[in-house]
Amino acid sequence: MKSLKELRNHLRYKYLKLNRPRVSIGMGTCGIAAGAEKVKNEFISEIKKHGLDVEINITSCIGMCYREVNVEVDIPGKENVVYGDITPKKVERIVEQHIINGNPVIEWAEFQMLAEDGTSIHPIPDMEHTPYYHLQTREVSARCGRINPENIEEYIATGGYEGLENVLKQTPQEVINNLKRSGLRGRGGGGFPTGQKWQFTRDAKGEKKYIICNADEGDPGAFMDRSILEGDPHSIIEGMIIAGYAIGASEGYIYIRAEYPLAIKRLQIAINQAKEQRLLGYNILDSGFNFQIHIKVGAGAFVCGEETALINSIEGKRGMPRIRPPFPALKGLWQHPTNNNNVETYANVSLIFREGVEWYSSIGTDKSKGTKIFSLTGKIAKTGLAEVPMGTTLRQIIFDIGGGIKDGKKFKAVQIGGPSGGCLPEDLLDLPVDYDSLIEAGAMMGSGGLVVMDESTCMVDVARYFLKFTQSESCGKCTPCREGTTRMLEILERITAGKGKIEDLNLLERLARVMKTTSLCGLGQTAPNPVLSTLRYFRDEYLAHIEEKRCPSGVCSNLINYRIDPEKCVGCTACARVCPTGAISGTKKQPHVINTEICIKCGACMDACKFDAITRI
Amino acid sequence: MSNVTLTIDGKQITVPEGTTVIQAAEKLGINIPALCYDPELSLSGSCRMCVVEIEGMNNLPTSCTTVVREGMNVKTKSAAVVESRKMILELLIADHPLDCMTCQKNGNCLLQQYAYEYDVKEISFQGIRHDYPIETDNPFIVRDMNKCINCGKCVRVCSEIQGRDVLNFAYRGFDTKITVDLDLTLAESDCIFCGSCVAVCPTGALLEKNMIGKGRSYEVKKVKTTCSFCAVGCNFDLNVKDGKVIGVTSNPTSAVNGKHLCVKGRFGHDYIHNPNRLTTPLIKKNGEFVEATWDEALNLVAEKFSEIKKEYGNESIGVLSSARCTNEENYLMQKFVRAVIGNNNIDHCART
Amino acid sequence: MAGLAASFGSGAMTNSFKDIENTSLIFLIGSNPTEAHPVLALKMRKAIRNGAKLIVADPRRTEMADIADIWLPLIPGTDIPLLNGLMHIIIKEELWDKEFVKSKTENFEELIATVENYPPSEVAKITGVNEELLYQAARLYANTYEASICYTLGITEHVTGTNNVINIANLAMLTGHLGRKNVGVNPLRGQNNVQGACDMGSLPDVFPGYQKVFNKEARQKFSKAWGVELSDKVGLTIPEMFDDAVNGIIRGMYIMGEDPVLSDPDSNHVRKALENLDFLVVQDIFMNETARLADVILPASSFAEKDGTFTNSERRVQRVRKAIDPIGNSKPDWQIICELSSRMGYEMHYQSASEIFDEMASLTHIYAGMDYQRLDKNGLHWPCPTKDHPGTEVLHVGKFTKGKGVFIGIDHIPPAELPDEEYPYYLSTGRRFYHYNLTTQYSSSLSEYHPEELAMVNPKDAKRLGIKKGDKIKITSRRGEVITSFEITDRVTEGTIWMSFHYRDVPTNVLTNGVYDPVSHTGEYKVAAVKVEKI
Ligand SMILES: Cc1cc2nc3c(=O)[nH]c(=O)nc-3n(C[C@H](O)[C@H](O)[C@H](O)COP(=O)(O)O)c2cc1C
Repeated sequence: MKSLKELRNHLRYKYLKLNRPRVSIGMGTCGIAAGAEKVKNEFISEIKKHGLDVEINITSCIGMCYREVNVEVDIPGKENVVYGDITPKKVERIVEQHIINGNPVIEWAEFQMLAEDGTSIHPIPDMEHTPYYHLQTREVSARCGRINPENIEEYIATGGYEGLENVLKQTPQEVINNLKRSGLRGRGGGGFPTGQKWQFTRDAKGEKKYIICNADEGDPGAFMDRSILEGDPHSIIEGMIIAGYAIGASEGYIYIRAEYPLAIKRLQIAINQAKEQRLLGYNILDSGFNFQIHIKVGAGAFVCGEETALINSIEGKRGMPRIRPPFPALKGLWQHPTNNNNVETYANVSLIFREGVEWYSSIGTDKSKGTKIFSLTGKIAKTGLAEVPMGTTLRQIIFDIGGGIKDGKKFKAVQIGGPSGGCLPEDLLDLPVDYDSLIEAGAMMGSGGLVVMDESTCMVDVARYFLKFTQSESCGKCTPCREGTTRMLEILERITAGKGKIEDLNLLERLARVMKTTSLCGLGQTAPNPVLSTLRYFRDEYLAHIEEKRCPSGVCSNLINYRIDPEKCVGCTACARVCPTGAISGTKKQPHVINTEICIKCGACMDACKFDAITRI
Repeated sequence: MSNVTLTIDGKQITVPEGTTVIQAAEKLGINIPALCYDPELSLSGSCRMCVVEIEGMNNLPTSCTTVVREGMNVKTKSAAVVESRKMILELLIADHPLDCMTCQKNGNCLLQQYAYEYDVKEISFQGIRHDYPIETDNPFIVRDMNKCINCGKCVRVCSEIQGRDVLNFAYRGFDTKITVDLDLTLAESDCIFCGSCVAVCPTGALLEKNMIGKGRSYEVKKVKTTCSFCAVGCNFDLNVKDGKVIGVTSNPTSAVNGKHLCVKGRFGHDYIHNPNRLTTPLIKKNGEFVEATWDEALNLVAEKFSEIKKEYGNESIGVLSSARCTNEENYLMQKFVRAVIGNNNIDHCART
Repeated sequence: MAGLAASFGSGAMTNSFKDIENTSLIFLIGSNPTEAHPVLALKMRKAIRNGAKLIVADPRRTEMADIADIWLPLIPGTDIPLLNGLMHIIIKEELWDKEFVKSKTENFEELIATVENYPPSEVAKITGVNEELLYQAARLYANTYEASICYTLGITEHVTGTNNVINIANLAMLTGHLGRKNVGVNPLRGQNNVQGACDMGSLPDVFPGYQKVFNKEARQKFSKAWGVELSDKVGLTIPEMFDDAVNGIIRGMYIMGEDPVLSDPDSNHVRKALENLDFLVVQDIFMNETARLADVILPASSFAEKDGTFTNSERRVQRVRKAIDPIGNSKPDWQIICELSSRMGYEMHYQSASEIFDEMASLTHIYAGMDYQRLDKNGLHWPCPTKDHPGTEVLHVGKFTKGKGVFIGIDHIPPAELPDEEYPYYLSTGRRFYHYNLTTQYSSSLSEYHPEELAMVNPKDAKRLGIKKGDKIKITSRRGEVITSFEITDRVTEGTIWMSFHYRDVPTNVLTNGVYDPVSHTGEYKVAAVKVEKI
């Protein structure tokens, strides 16, 4: 074990004390989608063109998805500058101005990391003082976007596998005791105390035990797990090894969806590198402990994120949940005791054992310790990832970090917890985000997806949207979920089509109650949440659809009509030309009319009209 | 093994550790409705009909999968439980044909029975219904997936008891359907038509083809008997209506085979009413068989055998008895040979 | 029957189906339960699901062979050297049950002397089974405490049928797999009431309950009960009856519920015998091939039309219950026999099947404790000697029926007819899943599903013969020929043709060999030499 420490000191020197400039390009899935590959090639050719000695490195997503492509320029002995929104065209100027001449391009700079001597370049803010990061506590995601995830040396240099080293000095039971004291709760949605879960699996009788990492991340709009997998894969591997040691398992599976090819690739690289370093495999760090990890690629069905369905899927069976009890801790994979945790949970584990229990449990609230990463999507100004201490309020996350609502519109609701979660209204914005407060408010932490909705969102339509998702993802095993989601969706479709009846609300509530209390797995039990929470906080919108046949937000196409104001119409024919169904008629220079029978309410005419003559009613 | 005492609907009962709530209730004579539960098969917990209320538990757990614990307080008929069961039945019926009047399963259908017990009259949901073609391309089993409630008992019996895995779940959500291999028909598959799937099906989704239209369950007299084919000796019920055997159904009390039979036992007994059955004695005259009365035939046989005995001695007659006939008949036949013919020339073709 | 009786003193399944379900190892030899005994196959599958091992010895790759831990694909007719080879290994490796052999058996030296001549290398050559597999199978069977052997007609339908059975008994005794739960030697009976027909004395040498006709005491008992003098001379077996009919010694025959023309080997010989009779009576529910030769046909009732009992393969006696009245003018066989007997001067008047049963039980020790009331629910396993006896699931507990089990060394006699240049293929016959002997032809649903005979031909042979799916082939033996459709499948090994005997238009038994086992007189259905031609 001495050698790992030595290696780390050596690597620290190697990676943190640069002797030549380094350009790091953010190459997570989001960066690549925004064109990071081209940006990287442009840097390579520029550097070649100028005959420079510059290291080109890759990192992953730093969380500012709204400003991809991100590029970090690091000059030895000086501050690092992180640029956002970089295109190949901007590369030449960065190379010439910043790398060759030492003058950062201030207008493109997002922030800087202070140099060791504290010097900084005015007026680039340092990271901790940007609006986006100043409320964040980047601990679990600290390395994401900062190190090269395909290079184990950078992980080790930044304290990687220190947690494992510490753990191997403790007895397995001590490890579990420490984990219990840390207060860590599962990040996969349920918030079950992780230490207690490990204890169950450790105590379960069985010659063979398994560790599973749930990297299925099925919630639409959630991508924090992907970000960690792509940006810091070793933190998960380390967490799993620690779990294996504490529980007495020698084999682990990472169940990951096929839609995450980059994460799969980086995990595979990380596993291979860890094996080479004898951090994985036989006799890990001479401790006598053996552990190996397999990657199992899933087809990306939402229900396969449910742990028993996931286990069936690993076994090669149809991804249908099993009855619980027996819980996986007693009878899991191939009927052996199995511990399953979420990606972020394992990343927390390696953090806890590196930094210590006391430090960890000082973060967060009384009952929810540590930080949580949220993915911010929807009508929010800054989409991206934000890691905050438990207990941060929704308002802080959405407005302070996320920059509020896009295009200056008004906030209406935030959906938290994915399709199993709920929609919370404006007056709950000061709710501290922790497991228990959210449940109380009718939502749940889920995996940490936040979808922000503005005034143009119809809440009935939102409920319909989520039901459509759960309905098509229901595995079909149990009656309330299979049949219930379908009928619930049908009722919502009727309401949004203007065919709802007032009794439907009662029926929805009755059906929701039965689904929640009798469904076999979490999917069916939580599927009604979007409906129940919108009924609770936005009942007036339902009533408007049913009683007035009106969609207050003008979303539900059956309930809206477009009308041309003859006063304002000048007969320019622009609307008639864009209408895909030929519903608009009229002679040139004369007011036009819309035939509502043919109109499909696409709104193209309204966008095309330069005279504001078309209104939606 | 130690015992556990719990309360169900206010009544106390002590049962061995590991007993499930539904089993404990049964011991108290409390019948909990269940569609996917079969003690012989693995637990599925999917129909959710058997949910109960248990003090201290958040949701309504299924009694078929919940193991009793000391001091448990179970309510099997609370308002929440009844509401749930009604709703589940409504959900199932919303996608189920309402042709009970002509359905072969009428009177013998669990879905129908529970709908009656829980007084499910109005269905709150109108919406899409499946419209699958009815599978009739084999001579034994009719599969009408419109009547399937996805309880999965057929899937489990095929896999767990028959070891064949012909049936499986396919598709998702509302379109979840029990299919044969890759949505083929039974005739196209490796199915061996044991009919165990028919025996466990709670609705009219799987039916014996030969019985359709031949009689309603309440018109049929069931007579338990032993199979006439192989020497395993399965028992089953002959279904009789108007003096005719219209088919065979499993009788779960059968000592050897329980509910299970093979294709021959379950579907092969239509030979009883084959039109080629011999129905009158025949005497050959000039190389042609001519119908005769019993008296004529038996007198002729008695006369001829007596003659041969007289002319050629006791040893000149041989008799073949039958492994298809009953013990009583074999006993009588050998008695006949030994006591009446007067020799031991009796044998049958399956000596070994 | 005869084989097991010689070794143990009783010729039936030593254990029950339940024991097969609960055993740790099943050694299946010459038996294809998935097709012939489907519901028993379920019990075997259950055992396997619960961890039991499976060894299958069969020339065909049956479904059970597919799921077996060890499959021994032996050349047809080489069961004896195979078993000798296994015992050779077990003795050489000291895996035999010394305590059991010493205390419960006799004549062990003879076995040692015989199997000494069957070293595995030699056995591999004779049987075509890989030597290593022989070792694995021998060790697995000998080392498993609860191991059960099951066999059927694949073992008995040979010239060496009785010897095959004796050798199986040798193997079980050698390893002590007898006389307790979940072990045993278990012959799986073919037809529904083979066991019962034997128990009832439908055999030329025994009264009901295997009481020998030449045993004076037994004869006196039956004489007294029936009120007539009885012959002490062992009667004729079926093949002997047919031979004697051809020779003019047997003049009249009475055949109840069988169709020997179609189901016995060498049907042309059988036909000749029956045609030679002065008088033939056939009693059946259908106009079968034999009935066409009869002088009088008596229409019998099916099992659905009468009361009675069947005894299944595990010696469980169960009720048959009348569900409907006899069809047409037919009568239950027992009533016909009664009426005929009375007309021949011996009055038989029984009011019910139950009355017959009671008379039989009063004369038959192994059934003595049974009556219809006791049988009503689950039936009873014989021996059940008294009214308070619970029936016997496991035979030979403590000691063999015979006292000591007897080892009898058995040498290999090749099948009477082997392939040669003129007739280069083995023909083996058996039963198909969808059919049961002959009755099933009268089930419209079963016939619709499997309407014709399909001989099985190995793909390599098919290629050599230049035949493809849809063609027809002519199969010829020294005794006759048939034309049949076929399927090409690797379930049969190269050089072997397999056929069933369920179809009237493909009377397979004109091909089979009329030679029979010298003791049991069972025909050699399983091996004959044939040639195959494309037509
Ligand atoms: C329908 C459904 C989908 C789920 N999807 C995921 C998922 O994508 N990722 C995940 O970690 N947990 C998911 N879960 C939760 C898991 O079942 C399980 O509770 C979790 O992986 C446990 O990990 P933790 O203790 O670390 O939170 C899902 C649950 C349900 C009911």
